[in-house]
Amino acid sequence: MSATLEGPTTTDEFIKGLWKENPVFVQVLGMCPTLAVTNSAINALAMGLATMVVLVMSNAVISLLRKFIPKQVRIASYILIIASFVTAVEYVIQAVSLDLHKALGAFISLIVVNCVILGRAEAFASKNDLVKSLADGAGMGLGFTFALFLLGAVREVLGSGSLFGVAVLPASFQPWVIMILPSGGFFTLGSWLLFFNYLSKRKARKAALATAEVAS
Amino acid sequence: MNEEPLWTIFLNASLVNNFVLAYFLGICPFLGVSGKLATASRMGGAVTFVMVVSSLCAYGIHAVLMAIDAPYLQLISYIAVIASTVQLVEMFIKKVSPTLFKALGIFLPLITTNCAILGLALFQTNKGYNLIQSVVYAVGAGLGFTLALVLMAGIRENLALAKLPDVVKGTAVALMVAGILSVGFMGFAGLGG
Repeated sequence: MSATLEGPTTTDEFIKGLWKENPVFVQVLGMCPTLAVTNSAINALAMGLATMVVLVMSNAVISLLRKFIPKQVRIASYILIIASFVTAVEYVIQAVSLDLHKALGAFISLIVVNCVILGRAEAFASKNDLVKSLADGAGMGLGFTFALFLLGAVREVLGSGSLFGVAVLPASFQPWVIMILPSGGFFTLGSWLLFFNYLSKRKARKAALATAEVAS
Repeated sequence: MNEEPLWTIFLNASLVNNFVLAYFLGICPFLGVSGKLATASRMGGAVTFVMVVSSLCAYGIHAVLMAIDAPYLQLISYIAVIASTVQLVEMFIKKVSPTLFKALGIFLPLITTNCAILGLALFQTNKGYNLIQSVVYAVGAGLGFTLALVLMAGIRENLALAKLPDVVKGTAVALMVAGILSVGFMGFAGLGG
């Protein structure tokens, strides 16, 4: 395609959600489910995947309908489209695993108000074609799942000494109960943000050093 | 039907199970508009109002949906009601106080996607509260949200004066503060049994 020379390619749209524009760590969006359901790795993964499915589907539909939705009522229309998909996903989860449905509780329905989804609809799917919107949805969804998994894994290992329900730390390890309590969520996410801040600061410093050396 | 006395519902919603610090609902405005004390308390007021109105509507909708046997429409109709209430509040604030309208900025329309409000509607339905219980629950949750927001804003106003390393600035330190606040709120557990 000739257009790929100017704009970002479909692959770029997919990749950016994973790292450079990671919805959780970089854009700090969708905090509520991020903190609420990440007390174990399996819950975090399930939540991430459910969100990803809704994100991809709603991005696709909104991208297809973008020429038909009047500008004034677009937010309301997006929300209704998203709510329909969330309802479908909720019934599917209930049918597949009742335990998971109980563990996630009202937070499955609350995917509707996840700002990541509405954010992508407004910022991306309403302006781009179907293929790019699909790639963007999948990338953002994967990035979101990845971030949730990082949080869930840390909290489960430290809070109950296990990962996916399998003990990974020796029995002598005293679990840090606070990590699976609400405050643990804030602390873990805060620490991850610190880590990512540190990485980007170091990268910026190295780049500055490199240019200084070239100049001298 | 749920027989919980009103005062435990209120205590539960506002302190013990504070929507922000225990349920993680409404984190976006919590981190977004907690920079200034004045804005935070008004945002809390707006959210409380939307909560009470949508709680009343959710109660009515739930009764209707049960009558026509269409529970799968619950989510869609709740969110539609919340979106219209927010629109109403937005027009009202714009008319009454343009300054406040500017200060709240994007976070005003974003009340629609404030999970605390949809969460409230869903929780009250799950718990089977009657009309009065629902309203008390909504008021309690709204006040709890306002309390958390105001506490956070007070701390962040002082934090702005503190000398912090570059890495910690911004969201990271806000989250740490929220974590410590949340530990504090755990002390309310067991209150009102």
